[in-house]
Amino acid sequence: MLFPLYWMLNASLLPSTDLVKSSPTWIPLHGTLQGYRRALSSQGSHLLVSLGVSAGTVVLVLLIAVPAAYGLAQLRAPGGRLLTFAFLIAQMIPGVVMANSFYTAASKLHLLDSPLALILADSTLCVPFAVLVLQAAMRGVPAELSEAAVLDGASRLRTLLSVILPVSRNAVVTASLFSFLFAWADFLFAVTLTTRDDRAPVTVGIYRFIGAHLSDWNSVMATGIIASLPAAVLLVVAQRYVAAGVTSGAVKD
Amino acid sequence: MSTTVQGRPAAVTAAAAAPGGRSRGPARARWAAVAFVAPAWLYVAGFYLYPLASSIRMGFQDYTVSSFYTGVAPYVGWDNYSKVLHDSHFGRTVLNTVVFTAGSLVFQFALGLALAVFFNRRFPLGGPLRSLLLVPWLLPLVVSGTAWRWILDTDSGVLNHALLQLHLIGHPVPWLASTHDALTAVTLVNIWVGIPFNMVILYGGLQSIPGELYEAAALDGAGGWQRFRHITLPLLRPVTAVVLTLGLIYTVKVFDVIMILTQGGPAGSSQTLTTFAYNLSFQQLEFGRGAAVGNLLIVVAVVFAVVYLRATREQRQAGR
Repeated sequence: MLFPLYWMLNASLLPSTDLVKSSPTWIPLHGTLQGYRRALSSQGSHLLVSLGVSAGTVVLVLLIAVPAAYGLAQLRAPGGRLLTFAFLIAQMIPGVVMANSFYTAASKLHLLDSPLALILADSTLCVPFAVLVLQAAMRGVPAELSEAAVLDGASRLRTLLSVILPVSRNAVVTASLFSFLFAWADFLFAVTLTTRDDRAPVTVGIYRFIGAHLSDWNSVMATGIIASLPAAVLLVVAQRYVAAGVTSGAVKD
Repeated sequence: MSTTVQGRPAAVTAAAAAPGGRSRGPARARWAAVAFVAPAWLYVAGFYLYPLASSIRMGFQDYTVSSFYTGVAPYVGWDNYSKVLHDSHFGRTVLNTVVFTAGSLVFQFALGLALAVFFNRRFPLGGPLRSLLLVPWLLPLVVSGTAWRWILDTDSGVLNHALLQLHLIGHPVPWLASTHDALTAVTLVNIWVGIPFNMVILYGGLQSIPGELYEAAALDGAGGWQRFRHITLPLLRPVTAVVLTLGLIYTVKVFDVIMILTQGGPAGSSQTLTTFAYNLSFQQLEFGRGAAVGNLLIVVAVVFAVVYLRATREQRQAGR
């Protein structure tokens, strides 16, 4: 299961001449960081675009999902079941259908190549997931807690921010991490909504890079390793959130 | 979840315990609740319903690249659909989609279940190892797809090298470059991508099976295989239904893996409905026809969504 990942790491360290030899080099004894240097110089700007888009997506998703989850779980907003159902169904619309519509909409609004268009499009991958995760967590918060806050004269917004959010911190972290990852890994929206190379996120950067440098596996793999860093960091630093995220009916398409 | 009324101040209790319980509080509280979910409703309308509606409309329009400049996209009825259905690649594409989806599902599930059973026995380092196996699921598909492209390379790929060494093949197999093997190769990679998801969900299912059942069966003299067949499989059935339908919904719309590895080629031999829709819209710039194929995909997704919701409802009922 993990061999392809090792093989990518291995290739990212080997000089290109070793990569096309008839027998494979199993361990990068004579490793080089050449690939990483080239990866950073050619993909650096794409990585920055991805970073900005992913961070922006997290902010947007939380802005929509946190109040919605609070309204659904604690305030029992009318029509709540219908909204939850809508989010469940929304996850099943094929991405290529969304991409088709987003492209025409972005083109009309002159938003092609804009990071904003990508943030908006990527958020559609994360909002349903975030609402479901946050809602499940907030339902577990005892009603007495928020009632006490209301009695103390706090508004509902204040209650959400200073009582509910701190106790459902884990769910907020899970939702944020996964939103970041979904946006970071998105390829479909990235490839359809960016036409200019210099505005492309790293997934499209790699894709075009393979097309142009098919034999330069060393720097292609180095780019791959760098682009996987968020996932790797996440797995090491936030392991329990990852497990929680996957089991709460996580989506990936 | 049970909440105790005891000790609660009278004013709050009165509001919360009003007849019917939910959402019968003072009108102001109700409006506050509406205000909190309103952005989400607007979001659903703008980012799911609108794209859906616009895709359905585009399916009936002759929407081409000139439509973007002129704003004119004449309605053509079912024309897009009939063109797509009569496309010489359509039959092959549907068949590919079925083979890709069925192959992925069966093997993802079988291997995911095997790993879940394996990790269900406690052993040192089991936990960390299990989360390490999640890496393929967390990596951007573009990255793992690229790694596989290198592994499957005809001349310098390690897979061909290993197979040649083992004398399983006589000549290097052009995995991604032959019309004969490309679909197998992309299915193989997609299986690899999907195993962790299956493993995690099925592992969760296994954890909820009480250990006493196995002990009782062992006392009755049931062997390992018998215990698996008569306890594990039946009790895992609700989870199985969920995993398989979710897997189906996701697999039907897989895009990244195929685009990175073969772009649907060579000669459409690994084209599925998803990449076909993408190609029509974004390569041939026939947005109307792309939307038509996309809408066919929606129909497929809706059918499986209904199955999924049925399955989860059954699971919820079985669980309580």
